[in-house]
Amino acid sequence: MIPARFDYVAPTSVADALSALAEAGDDAKVMAGGQSLLPILRMRLNAPETVVDLGRIEELRGVRDEGDHVVIGAMTTYADVLASDLVRQHAGVLTDAIEEVADPQIRHRGTVGGALVHADPAGDVGAPVLALDAELVVTGPGGERTVPAAEFFRDLFETAVGEGELLTAIRIPKHTGWGSRYEKFVRVAHQWSIVAVAATVRVEGGAIAEARIGLTNMGSTPLRATAVEQALVGKAATEDAVREACAAAAEGTNPPSDLNGDADYRKHLATVLTRRAVLAAAGA
Amino acid sequence: MTRINVTVDGVGYEDEVEPRTLLVHYLRETLGKTGTVVGCDTSNCGACTVHLDGRSVKSCNVLAVQADGHEVTTIEGLAQDGELHPMQRAFHDCHALQCGYCTPGMIMQAIDVLNDNPHPSEEQIRVGLEGNLCRCTGYHNIVKAVQQAADEGSTAGASAGATAGGAQ
Ligand SMILES: Cc1cc2nc3c(=O)[nH]c(=O)nc-3n(C[C@H](O)[C@H](O)[C@H](O)COP(=O)(O)OP(=O)(O)OC[C@H]3O[C@@H](n4cnc5c(N)ncnc54)[C@H](O)[C@@H]3O)c2cc1C
Ligand code: FES
Ligand code: FES
Repeated sequence: MIPARFDYVAPTSVADALSALAEAGDDAKVMAGGQSLLPILRMRLNAPETVVDLGRIEELRGVRDEGDHVVIGAMTTYADVLASDLVRQHAGVLTDAIEEVADPQIRHRGTVGGALVHADPAGDVGAPVLALDAELVVTGPGGERTVPAAEFFRDLFETAVGEGELLTAIRIPKHTGWGSRYEKFVRVAHQWSIVAVAATVRVEGGAIAEARIGLTNMGSTPLRATAVEQALVGKAATEDAVREACAAAAEGTNPPSDLNGDADYRKHLATVLTRRAVLAAAGA
Repeated sequence: MTRINVTVDGVGYEDEVEPRTLLVHYLRETLGKTGTVVGCDTSNCGACTVHLDGRSVKSCNVLAVQADGHEVTTIEGLAQDGELHPMQRAFHDCHALQCGYCTPGMIMQAIDVLNDNPHPSEEQIRVGLEGNLCRCTGYHNIVKAVQQAADEGSTAGASAGATAGGAQ
């Protein structure tokens, strides 16, 4: 299938991209890696008049060390994040999750920024970014603002990035020495998450000192399992203690029912996967 | 129309394309390189896999304009002077194809797997080929072919075009 006709611009700086967007007005669409956008255009679910391709903006690519933060440029591909020791060391649960995204070909093109703005509730990047308390840097005609991950995801396919704005970077506070695990439940290879759980845990003297848990596909946005996070503090990193704390994983969630499973099944999965993810992250 | 400069299988091309042209259609219809095939509408099957600057991509999910200034290697660029690429030979030796429709993409992705990791385990090969579907073989002989190419070592992963980095 072939997309409808569009005009194409490929700016080489953020400033030029913002002016291109302003000039093109309502009917412009930003393209990052194109791995979600191009299928949408091919199926003609959307037919923008102008596509603004961010692919030639070097300043948006790469991973930087900024003191107590790791900063990922929005146009950094999944493959480049996987190759980054900085991310693996200080934000390991993001690495774990990206290993489970799609397939190698799509990971060579797809970007972390594109995945976050696309905001598919079954997408694998939202939950770890939420669990890591990241901040999203959004740049518009009026300058730059920083949005906490907890306020970034608004609804299905909807984020805090407004029209005429770009997501430019993801700032992640370093979680150095934290264990991590992304538990993704699928029935066949190469599938979107039916449910997945991102867990990152700091263990001190055999007990869980801090835990952060993000849930994938348990509602219209990625969610934090805050009840479980609180229940885990001070618990021994043992099967029984963790099982009890994780029983609350589905509290406050509103998962979809579809051919892969109904909402109750997903709630059950969430508790099981949370337990597995926390135990693995705690090295138990 | 947008003017693009692309190197495909070692040859430079300059063409006017509509921005909406998919890379796979540019390869097949403008350049006549029909070795790369389309197997699905959803970017799931991997039959259209080519290398863009030495890394595998699904050419049905890339625009030709995105390849402007870059290098593409297709299945047609693998054999050198009439000699099959070691991965092509391994697929032949191991009967890694039946209808052959998935084969161009499977071989391009198999080379990417070895570029990334010259000595993968069976599990790593299977995971590396996750985005390539085969309706005929049951994958078993495909995995064997990749193992054979890996065991032959040296050039198996290296020579998919000038820019492919990786296995030495
Ligand atoms: C076969 C297949 C399987 C997949 N499986 C999975 C999977 O298992 N898990 C998973 O998580 N994902 C999966 N994906 C989706 C994949 O992760 C996409 O790459 C990702 O969702 C989008 O990233 P992108 O860079 O390609 O963005 P694009 O497709 O280019 O853009 C996506 C959207 O975000 C907007 N956008 C992009 N970047 C910016 C920016 N910087 N500022 C403002 N707006 C922006 C675009 O306008 C567009 O609306 C799959 C995709 C395919 C084709
Ligand atoms: S034709 Fe490209 S993935 Fe199927
Ligand atoms: S050989 Fe027929 S699809 Fe693979």
